[in-house]
Amino acid sequence: MKTVEEIKSAIEAAVPGAGVEIVPNPSVSGQHSLRLAPSHAIAVATYLRDELLFDYLSNATGVDWPDKEVTEKVKVTRTVTKTVDGVEKAVEETVEETRRRVQPGCLEAVYHLYSVAKNEGPLVIRMRTGNRTDQVELPSLTPVWRSAEFQEREIFDLFGIVFTGHPDLRRLLMWNNFKDHPMRRDYVEPDDFEYEPTAHDEVLKRAQAHRAEAEAAGREGAGA
Amino acid sequence: MSGSGFVQAKDKPEGWNRPPVMEPDGEGELLEVAMGPHHPSTHGVFRMDVALDGERVIRLKPVFGYLHRNHEKLGEGMSYLGSMPFTDRLDYICPITNNWAYALAVEKLTGQEVPERAEYLRVILGELTRFQNHASSIGFLIQEMGASGTPLMYAFREREKILDLFEALTGARMMVNYMRFGGCRVDASAAWMDAARKVVAALPGFVDEMDRLLSTNEILMARTQGIGILRPELAVNAGVTGPMLRASGVNYDIRKVDGYGIYNRFNFRVPLGDHWDVYDRYMIRLLEMRESIGILEQALKDIPAGPVMDPKAKLRGFRPKPGEAYGRIEAPKGELGFYLISDGGPNPYRYRIRPPSLINLTVLEDMALGENVADVVLIFGSVDIVLGEVDR
Repeated sequence: MKTVEEIKSAIEAAVPGAGVEIVPNPSVSGQHSLRLAPSHAIAVATYLRDELLFDYLSNATGVDWPDKEVTEKVKVTRTVTKTVDGVEKAVEETVEETRRRVQPGCLEAVYHLYSVAKNEGPLVIRMRTGNRTDQVELPSLTPVWRSAEFQEREIFDLFGIVFTGHPDLRRLLMWNNFKDHPMRRDYVEPDDFEYEPTAHDEVLKRAQAHRAEAEAAGREGAGA
Repeated sequence: MSGSGFVQAKDKPEGWNRPPVMEPDGEGELLEVAMGPHHPSTHGVFRMDVALDGERVIRLKPVFGYLHRNHEKLGEGMSYLGSMPFTDRLDYICPITNNWAYALAVEKLTGQEVPERAEYLRVILGELTRFQNHASSIGFLIQEMGASGTPLMYAFREREKILDLFEALTGARMMVNYMRFGGCRVDASAAWMDAARKVVAALPGFVDEMDRLLSTNEILMARTQGIGILRPELAVNAGVTGPMLRASGVNYDIRKVDGYGIYNRFNFRVPLGDHWDVYDRYMIRLLEMRESIGILEQALKDIPAGPVMDPKAKLRGFRPKPGEAYGRIEAPKGELGFYLISDGGPNPYRYRIRPPSLINLTVLEDMALGENVADVVLIFGSVDIVLGEVDR
């Protein structure tokens, strides 16, 4: 099998401006992956299927990477005015500063490809959304590999990635008017999924009104 | 490799891999039927929204999620080992292979070695699982055809003997929780090995019996031949795996392709279908049962003595290094894969199951369009699914 570097250069030769990056995998499994730019994903996927014969998409899934607060210590050199021996002087001083910055999060779709024709694989490709709130669109690979059909529906359902070009993008596992995306890491489940308001108070109010009315009219059955 | 024998998707018109949109012909109204979720043929809670023109199916939309419990979220909330008993509940007919796929993925992630004897035990139990899965799957298929009882009871009689073996070894008939990362939980005694040999020696007789009883049965042939055809190029494109894929004539068996565990030491053949219909799927399962017996005989003969756990394997404080791995096996129903991302913590950051049952259903509509509604039950039965795995 070709290495990911070879596949990357083959893609770049075939699809100009594809913007493919290698994502190294530090684990012993050695399954490095290629990150595709969403704008060229369909062209690259079609090339992978037809020319490199990765004809079988085995697994498609999502990963949630929430916003992360990173704390880092930075050495800063600044000029401070100090009074030394009664004379004001500009002195350079190096201080260590703790800075916090928020690393923006994203949603990621991961696909595992194999080749049935050449008995090769896996080749891992991944795509990232812009953020986790309003730029959650990625191109659907279902037109290229049909096996992504239900799996992308599942990602849409559980992670909230919207796949443009998917022929039938509906929730797969949760019910249709369910609001959230349960596989996101910041998902908080409700106390009771089954909660529905009962008509208890309404019925009680009606019964009291009825009783008052009956009493006012001096009718029987006003009862206790 | 040209042996796989299917046409590549290149140069096909756009939308070739979509099910065709069918129009009702003639007058009369379209009848919309919700088959399931409590239909007896759905193997659990599964619904097909079917549109019928007379008896003919012109649209079929599967509806999932009745058994959804977000297994993957549960897996992310507990330690790596904590998920092992939960994998039993995915495809509850074949818990051993679920354990195996998960253990294999974690071993890929950490690079743990599995001792020789444990590999043999995995193969023995895995092939017993495949045998009983295929036997009951055939039983269910025939049951759905209307032969209520006999073939299914024959299959269950055999399955019972295999479950007794599981119980003797692991303490549970179905929820075995048997494998560990780097081996197996307990060793098999010599008495268990003898009992297993005795059970395996009786299996060929059972397959012959099923073969004689069913394969040339007139009703079975009339009901299944030419029904539910799945073309090989669509099967590959739609990610269909397992006996379904091989019944469509594509030579792809992960035991041969990946040779995971010690499968490349055994002699076995990969049966392929050439009519791509329900009958072929039945026949492939029957033939795979025979091949499983062959593997079992070789494994029971060659199994060496030794430890069943990697002595360096860590059960407490198990924290794989950051990284990710995808491990897959040839489960009885198709490719079962686990995708794990570790961030160095005690729980997996991402725990994903690639369920063969769900993905094999992608082509259900394609196979059922234009067939009679009574045959939808057979086509669905020939996919061989378990809802515990479809909905997770």
